[in-house]
Amino acid sequence: MYKILLRQDLVPDIHLFKVEAPAVARKAQPGQFIVIKIDEKGERIPLTVADWDEQEGSITIIFMEVGATTHRLAQLKGGDFVENFVGPLGVPTHIDKFGTVVCVAGGFAVAPIKPIARALKQAGNRVISIMGARNKNLLFWEDELRSASDQLIVTTDDGSYARKGLVTEPLQELLESEKIDRVIAIGPSLMMKFCAKTTEPFGVKTFVSLNPIMVDGTGMCGCCRVSVGGETKFACVDGPDFDGHQVDWDLLMARQRIYLKEEKCALEQWQAQAGHHS
Amino acid sequence: MAKLNLNREPMPRQDPKVRGRNFNEVALGYTPEQAQAEASRCIQCPKRPCAEGCPVGVDIPGFIKALQDGNMPEAVKILKSKNSLPGICGRVCPQEMQCEAKCSLAKKGAPIAIGRLERFVADWERTNQEALDAPAPLPQSTGKQVAVVGSGPAGLTVAADLAKLGHRVTIFEALHVAGGVLMYGIPEFRLPKGIVQNEVNYVTSLGVELKLDSVIGKISTVDELLDSDYQAVFLGTGAGLPMFLNIPGENLNGIYSANEFLTRVNLMKGYRFPEYDTPVKVGRKVAVVGGGNVAMDSARCALRLGADEVYIVYRRSEAEMPARREEVENAQEEGIQFKLLTNPKRLLGDKENWVTGIECYKMELGEPDASGRRRPVTVPGSEFVIDVDVVIIALGTTPNPLIASTTKGLETTGRGTVVADAETGKTVKPGVWAGGDIVTGAATVISAMGAGKQAAAAIDAYLKES
Ligand SMILES: Cc1cc2nc3c(=O)[nH]c(=O)nc-3n(C[C@H](O)[C@H](O)[C@H](O)COP(=O)(O)OP(=O)(O)OC[C@H]3O[C@@H](n4cnc5c(N)ncnc54)[C@H](O)[C@@H]3O)c2cc1C
Ligand SMILES: Cc1cc2nc3c(=O)[nH]c(=O)nc-3n(C[C@H](O)[C@H](O)[C@H](O)COP(=O)(O)OP(=O)(O)OC[C@H]3O[C@@H](n4cnc5c(N)ncnc54)[C@H](O)[C@@H]3O)c2cc1C
Ligand code: SF4
Ligand code: SF4
Ligand code: FES
Repeated sequence: MYKILLRQDLVPDIHLFKVEAPAVARKAQPGQFIVIKIDEKGERIPLTVADWDEQEGSITIIFMEVGATTHRLAQLKGGDFVENFVGPLGVPTHIDKFGTVVCVAGGFAVAPIKPIARALKQAGNRVISIMGARNKNLLFWEDELRSASDQLIVTTDDGSYARKGLVTEPLQELLESEKIDRVIAIGPSLMMKFCAKTTEPFGVKTFVSLNPIMVDGTGMCGCCRVSVGGETKFACVDGPDFDGHQVDWDLLMARQRIYLKEEKCALEQWQAQAGHHS
Repeated sequence: MAKLNLNREPMPRQDPKVRGRNFNEVALGYTPEQAQAEASRCIQCPKRPCAEGCPVGVDIPGFIKALQDGNMPEAVKILKSKNSLPGICGRVCPQEMQCEAKCSLAKKGAPIAIGRLERFVADWERTNQEALDAPAPLPQSTGKQVAVVGSGPAGLTVAADLAKLGHRVTIFEALHVAGGVLMYGIPEFRLPKGIVQNEVNYVTSLGVELKLDSVIGKISTVDELLDSDYQAVFLGTGAGLPMFLNIPGENLNGIYSANEFLTRVNLMKGYRFPEYDTPVKVGRKVAVVGGGNVAMDSARCALRLGADEVYIVYRRSEAEMPARREEVENAQEEGIQFKLLTNPKRLLGDKENWVTGIECYKMELGEPDASGRRRPVTVPGSEFVIDVDVVIIALGTTPNPLIASTTKGLETTGRGTVVADAETGKTVKPGVWAGGDIVTGAATVISAMGAGKQAAAAIDAYLKES
């Protein structure tokens, strides 16, 4: 059992948990993830480590309510427990001195981007971060990401805050105006795909963090297989970071839809039950 | 002496039509009368050929004698002195190739059903704890600590043996339950999970500490374990990396590795979705590629989940199938269709990226290959398509590279297995032993246990010296 030390609601359906897991906190690195399972009947789902505190022995995760498991997770409060918490999994993001690096975060991905931006900055890079959300109400951790970066650009799709537009627009401008040595883009698959498309003509290495469906997260099941440069890879052990120009995006997005019907059924059942109890 | 009885007492089983739709155990186990009748067929051969066929050297005539005498506590004692997991081995050992193959009666008729008797004794033990002597008290602690990586049959055996010798043992297990393949692979209807957990509880009752959710190589490396509290490490991480066919279309939706399919069904209890949260796709027409136990288990699970048609697609003929005979027969009885001498060429899908068919070649058997089995060769121009909506690839597994890639100084083979001494399990790295599927590649429960026993003895000797 792992204790939830703290819960924060960042925006209505994105929440932060600090979970007590000292052994994981000792090893976590930027770009890695954990697998969480709420209880006996729960599903194993992967979430990126958004931060860690070795002293306190805690791991911070940030998740968005999308289906049954994340909705169930959102019912938990500080002081509650989850049954399983495994990590740190996956290969850490490659951190080196590249020069100027642009970190792009879409939606909840501000969470995984922050430790990466911080590590890149510490390694001597100039870090320009771009964060985008659909609207003002979905933005969080603006100050956190700003302090982890040398420069921050914020966008909203509807223009309700900061710059109106998609994250790819400032990315395009940066690529046109100065020498960018590397781009790291994390967010929904479509957003990562378009970031990779934007950087491709400039020949700038672009890393993305893939989010296929996973089960064990240790290379045992092959559920997370993705195609990169024409080769099948297991995202949980070979990634989750891959060269965005080599990823077969259509395959990734098709495989994310395998359980659409079941996911809908599970969510409806959960909502019916939750409605019942309240 | 009574006349030789060459006919084996049949095992009561669930009706194939009924069991094909439930996950309850297929073989129901002998009644005391049936066990007595079967045991009484044993002629107590002085040369004990049967015992030679057992990888852990169970005193087979001895425990059967106790059964003949109706002395159940004695039968338990004899059995457990060599085999700490008899309830499991009695159910899943390939007896027909091991102990039973060597039984003197096998030449003339049916060999003694040693596995079934073993299961009978183990099941009796589980429900008659009060009739047994209290377990021997644990010896005084030696103060030595051993880390066991992986909680499959190899790891559980090492841990139990070392704990009984007074060493402090911690098992590190990557998954959220202990038991390895016994929990995530072999289905409930062949090996009830309660029985496995019973054995796990026995191991922890010996004082073994079980750390779940602990992926060694990530949370700590083997070197870090050796540098901290542990004087020795045993690697029992199995062969968990699934192999694929590497043919076009293999990443289509609806195509599972057997590991994924069985994990979703057995470990995550997907057969009870949505009560349990993990879904599993229930195809109407399911093809399982492969001919081993894993393929039979996958096919029979798919049937139980409600598939209309389930095919086994295997490139050799039935005679070469590596699966246990009994399981092949069970599968056939339940209505699994065998497409033999058939080899997939590619997988076909629709525009939603969902698998719709499996295009196969017809095969014929040529010259024997290195394994002694006749090699299948493609019949040119013989392609045909089987319509399916779910495909399960059950080609076998190799060791996960995580341990080897994060441990300095281990020697591995081209197949990814860890090199270890056949007698002791000792690896080339000081303080590190290995055994089970990680050393042999995918094998059997009993060979993993046998390796665990040998390694425990070697580790004990090492700890006494150091
Ligand atoms: C390496 C990795 C890191 C991730 N990090 C984060 C994070 O930091 N914050 C966050 O909010 N989300 C993250 N995700 C996505 C998160 O795992 C899914 O949102 C979650 O599993 C959805 O579960 P659900 O039951 O609530 O929704 P469901 O109804 O099951 O599914 C909704 C969506 O989630 C995807 N999904 C479902 N099950 C899984 C699964 N077992 N593994 C992966 N995806 C699944 C589906 O494709 C679907 O698009 C990450 C995914 C991966 C692979
Ligand atoms: C579907 C199926 C059916 C089978 N049927 C039979 C049968 O009928 N009869 C028979 O005799 N055999 C059968 N087998 C084979 C048998 O189950 C295996 O040979 C046996 O389980 C091997 O035991 P093991 O202890 O070496 O490894 P496993 O049982 O594989 O256990 C290894 C354990 O180590 C854990 N692990 C792996 N990596 C790490 C890590 N880095 N850190 C921590 N833990 C880790 C795994 O999660 C797992 O729990 C079957 C196998 C399968 C898959
Ligand atoms: S452990 Fe297996 S091989 Fe040995 S006697 Fe029992 S069933 Fe036979
Ligand atoms: S060989 Fe067969 S008959 Fe002889 S002792 Fe062994 S089990 Fe009994
Ligand atoms: S999640 Fe199972 S292999 Fe990656």
